[in-house]
Amino acid sequence: MALVKTPKPTFAQKLKRFFMIDLIKGLGLTLKFNLGALTDKDAVAGHGIYTEQYPKVRPDVAPRFHGAPRLNMDPETHDTLCIACNLCAIACPEDCIDVIPMDIEITVAGKPRRKKVLDEFIFDTSRCMFCALCQEACPTYCLELTQDFELATYSRAGFVWNREMLEQGRETVKYRS
Amino acid sequence: MHQVEIATTQETLLDSPEMVLNMGPQHPSTHGVLRVILKLDGETVIDLDCDIGYLHRGMEKISENRFYTQIAPYWDRLDYIAAVSNGLVWVETVEQMMGLPVPPRAHYLRTILTELNRIASHLLWLATHALDIGAVTVLLWALREREEILKIFERQFGARLTCHAWRVGGMPNDAYDDFNKDVRQFINNFPKRLDEYETVLSENRIWLSRTVGIGMISGEDAIAIGLSGPALRGSGVAWDVRKSRPYAAYADMDFDVPVGENGDTYDRYLVRLEETRQSRRIIDQALEKLPDGPVNAKLPKVVKPPAGDYYHSIEGPKGEIGCYLVADGTAQPWRVRVRPPSFINLQALKQMCVGHLVADVVAIIGTLDIVLGEIDR
Repeated sequence: MALVKTPKPTFAQKLKRFFMIDLIKGLGLTLKFNLGALTDKDAVAGHGIYTEQYPKVRPDVAPRFHGAPRLNMDPETHDTLCIACNLCAIACPEDCIDVIPMDIEITVAGKPRRKKVLDEFIFDTSRCMFCALCQEACPTYCLELTQDFELATYSRAGFVWNREMLEQGRETVKYRS
Repeated sequence: MHQVEIATTQETLLDSPEMVLNMGPQHPSTHGVLRVILKLDGETVIDLDCDIGYLHRGMEKISENRFYTQIAPYWDRLDYIAAVSNGLVWVETVEQMMGLPVPPRAHYLRTILTELNRIASHLLWLATHALDIGAVTVLLWALREREEILKIFERQFGARLTCHAWRVGGMPNDAYDDFNKDVRQFINNFPKRLDEYETVLSENRIWLSRTVGIGMISGEDAIAIGLSGPALRGSGVAWDVRKSRPYAAYADMDFDVPVGENGDTYDRYLVRLEETRQSRRIIDQALEKLPDGPVNAKLPKVVKPPAGDYYHSIEGPKGEIGCYLVADGTAQPWRVRVRPPSFINLQALKQMCVGHLVADVVAIIGTLDIVLGEIDR
């Protein structure tokens, strides 16, 4: 059965209990917070409001945040940086990346040569757990997990991103604040 | 199918003093998907049984089919409240098995960040435990402090909850630019916040009557069951893996191990609050001594521990979390076994609850600080 062994209170403690000092102390503290919130200038959205006003105001996530994937492009030539080396697909624990390469004919120093380039890139965001192992494996800083965090779609197929989506990114609805 | 062994002795419920009551798996106070089958006499618990496994994901089996570097993110999903501590067990096991020399800066950063995680875990425990008992205010205050820690995690690791914090051989990134400033600011503000919780709870008569003498367990019983962490230290046993088998940079740190006297819910509450104060002390020392240098060891091309087995454990926020790893010399482990503190702590539930009221079962589940992701794996 229960081993209830409540310690015996001293006289001072009994007196404190009788005058409800413990309750008054706690209630006083909460009252202080309630009054303080009305004049607190450090509140997130003005006086007395501490919650972020999402989706009107989107939070600033950290630069290292692991969000929606993106395939980076060369800023000058707009060619993809991906060299179809397949390292990200090997690094992925959930096996959610498919790199599909193709061979093209190029001429190097007047001689015809074959080169492997990226044809299609499939990224299944529904299975992704955003561990960023793919980002670390990428030798050309092409695959990157960005600060976008709104990944919801209406269908299961919408979670499978192809190369175009990965390069352009998704459009998010902007709300007037 | 789990067979429920508890049944009333009477054939009908009419005139029966005994009743079988299902608590959970959807009950919010069971902290996840735990089903507790209670056998009641009036409102007093005579017997109980736990039904677990609703969150089973086969993490140990998954590990057998992944490379050593790929397993760390799955460890975050065991005890998702303390993902940083969990990740540390895995990488340290692999590192020690391979004999990798991890740079001291990585060790110190690991110490700081796991202690921050311990504070975050205890704050969430305090918030939900107080909410279960009926103090709603503490929930909001504790989550406010936890938010500051999660912001540090987001800036450092790129995620708030399942951080994937560590890599075999060190860390993915060095500390971010304002890391020292952010952590300093947090630990400077934190003692004042702790005093606020104590003002509201420690002397409150409702809190005392709900926690003092509830769920008592003696030191010998706690050791016999295999309890660890604050649940064991609340019963007066000073066992802490950080002291007895120091890992990371704990050997250089000066801190105390708080213990309780009676082993009741109130003592475990005091032990956890004191532990957050000690964590703050450790962070303070580690920030002061934080050495410069690289954060990553030189890794071979494929992480391949030698054939054999190895056990390593650390002191997580819930208790001793361990990893038993059997390697066969290939790039994938042969067997991974987790020593989950929540699962073993849960075994004490029956002993703690029998003789108490149904309302106290909620308090006792809260004080054990279980996470079902770890129990079911």
